[in-house]
Amino acid sequence: MTTEKKKLAPRDQGAPDYKKNLHPLMVKNYGKWKYYDKIKPGVLKHVAESGDALYTVRAGSPRTLSVDKVRAICDIADKYCQGHLRFTSRANVEFLLAREQDIEPLIKEVRERLGFPIGGTGHSVTNIVHTQGWMHCNLPGTDAVGAVKALMDELYEEFTNERMPARVKISASCCSINCGGQADIAINLQHHHPPTINHGNMQICELPKVVAICPVAAIRPAKVEAKDSLEVVEEKCMYCGACHGQCPSMEIRDPNTDTLSIWVGGKSANTRSGPSFMKLAAWGLPNNPPRWPEVGAAVKKLLTVYKGSAKQYERIGEWIERIGWARFFELTGFEFTKYHIDTFKHARTTFNTSAQVR
Amino acid sequence: MSEQEKKSKTPLLDELEKGKWPSFVSDLKQLSKKKPSVGQLLDQMEQSYETRVNYWTGTVLNLDGYGGGVIARYSDLGKKLPEVAQFHTIRVIPPSGWHYATDTLRELCDISEKYSAGILQLHGMTGDILMLGSDNKTTFEAGEELMEKGWDIGGSGGALRTLACCVGPARCETSCYDTLETTKRLTDNFISFLHRPELPYKFKFKLSGCPNDCANSIQRSDMPIIGTWRDEIQINKEEVKKFIAEHGEDYVVDNVITRCPTKCITLKKGEMAVDNPNCVRCMQCINVMHKALAPGKDKGVTILLGGKRTLKIGDTMGSVLVPFMKLETEEDMEKLFGLVERIWEFWGENGLEHERVGEFIERVGLATFLDGVGLEPNPQMIKHPRTNPYIKFEEYTAPKMAGEPKGAPNVTDKENEPKESAS
Repeated sequence: MTTEKKKLAPRDQGAPDYKKNLHPLMVKNYGKWKYYDKIKPGVLKHVAESGDALYTVRAGSPRTLSVDKVRAICDIADKYCQGHLRFTSRANVEFLLAREQDIEPLIKEVRERLGFPIGGTGHSVTNIVHTQGWMHCNLPGTDAVGAVKALMDELYEEFTNERMPARVKISASCCSINCGGQADIAINLQHHHPPTINHGNMQICELPKVVAICPVAAIRPAKVEAKDSLEVVEEKCMYCGACHGQCPSMEIRDPNTDTLSIWVGGKSANTRSGPSFMKLAAWGLPNNPPRWPEVGAAVKKLLTVYKGSAKQYERIGEWIERIGWARFFELTGFEFTKYHIDTFKHARTTFNTSAQVR
Repeated sequence: MSEQEKKSKTPLLDELEKGKWPSFVSDLKQLSKKKPSVGQLLDQMEQSYETRVNYWTGTVLNLDGYGGGVIARYSDLGKKLPEVAQFHTIRVIPPSGWHYATDTLRELCDISEKYSAGILQLHGMTGDILMLGSDNKTTFEAGEELMEKGWDIGGSGGALRTLACCVGPARCETSCYDTLETTKRLTDNFISFLHRPELPYKFKFKLSGCPNDCANSIQRSDMPIIGTWRDEIQINKEEVKKFIAEHGEDYVVDNVITRCPTKCITLKKGEMAVDNPNCVRCMQCINVMHKALAPGKDKGVTILLGGKRTLKIGDTMGSVLVPFMKLETEEDMEKLFGLVERIWEFWGENGLEHERVGEFIERVGLATFLDGVGLEPNPQMIKHPRTNPYIKFEEYTAPKMAGEPKGAPNVTDKENEPKESAS
């Protein structure tokens, strides 16, 4: 064995210097932007107090990128963008241009070389944020990576056009922890029964922590075949999977019974009605790889109805608030069931405590 | 069916090569020609697509001196697919606002290709650069080279997580504070908390330059920091006239006047006026008429606390903790650091393991929390006062958890009170 001391690189360096990564026009006009104009879907023009204009071309990416694809993105940015670009929180690539005449040649090259569509600005359906799924997560019941690719194929024209009443943000999550987050429309995995406990493999888990993490106190210690294990009070369990994250031997997933659900009306912006959480619209859609056609059909149906019924600047949640949930279910054809009625904490605050009935 | 299609090892994934949206499958297939592990990654995914069963087991792997930042994955199919038996992700802190020079990105590409599978995800849900596919040995080598070149590793577990912010003043006219600089300063100041799990559970900051909240901070972070202003919306009368001439008065009524949540905008004879004390800074009118209207000049931030996704108690949004503070000078930045320290101290002392700060506030009550960090109650923190009579008057039952009364952190100094408007 070698006694040579391993040389470690410096630690705790912090965030990289963003300044050297900014486009030169951003450095020059930092904090001095005056307004922006929309040139067309996916293309913005930002004008600074100095009179400078910076053009942004937004392209949809699949988020998961080979290094060669990233290098191709860099080649294009070197050619047209003085070597600078940025990514949005929804995995869109933004090419930044100083010259208006470079816009069309850049778009042509982005389409031909990368195959990325241009769009995702304004009142469009923008790129879907999603979780790792079967590509790299330890907890997923489905594959958001693939489901999102299939869904964006269906919604391609809504990405490249701005013809929705307001912006539409979609997220997809692979288990009930819902890392995909709040959105106008969310596709989430739903478990349908309490966890199956692998009593033979409980030594890998810290049992008190598993008991403590259950939000409804449904887990308690038990001896199974003289070994320390756990049991689940099934009437209390709400299939959230918190225990599964803590202990892999509490298997919450079931390839035969897990389904997908669709949630609507989440919004983060403080505009108009303020931020809101999404609500259950439909459950029980099959977890159907490789293309999850039922999800695509349901989302398209929902968007068609929204487009036809909402007023301009009404996000999906605001539109439903105006027309009422009864009408929402009528228009979309989604079936309203007892499972749509909240049974968790504060459920009563979601009931209609008035005679205001349409 | 052609010969080639018959031979495909991944008939289900091949279905995801169809359609107009760019296909990660096609890209990864191409990559697999020089990276065998990528081919086996696709093989494993194909099996998941067949069985709807996941084959990754998660565990912990840490770089020397660090307590997080590597998401270690072992394949349950490792015997059949040895190239992905160990297939870890390294989280890397990106430049604020995800701005890149191509040199920066190429450096990441080279490190990724040299030590791992050559797959980058730009970016993970928290905002990290994700570098997929290193094994137990190359993870360390990649980590060392990243740090050698000035990068640092992202957060995971019960620690501060990598920060995220909007595009900020780099390109946005409504950004009310420097989100990019604040992101960097917070990261650098608290970098040890990001690398070593010392908190009850994860803690996320997200920074948005204005109430449009493009960083989704209210729902996705424990401490949303949102730009705002406390004086008057700036109105450019000429541009208002132009806008009305171009779009018509009805358009302005439908999309601006009636969409204002507090009905504080009037339009009389082509003159637009805002009842500023009743404006809640929602941004709608500015978004629609972005040449004619702009945020005020006396800018700062609103700080909220307690947002998180659904696990355990259900979703929570951040709620107002500091209605307004300036965030311009070094001194302001120190005040922000001081506030964060106070929150971590109180939550760190009294929070349960795996309890986010929003869950902690839910359990102990906002009033106790305010006592614990020394902030004065303020009606801006609530939608309305309580509707039930069950008040625990402190004269008899002072909340023990909050300890002795504390001096207010200086984020609430009198100097921060709004100036009288000069009307």
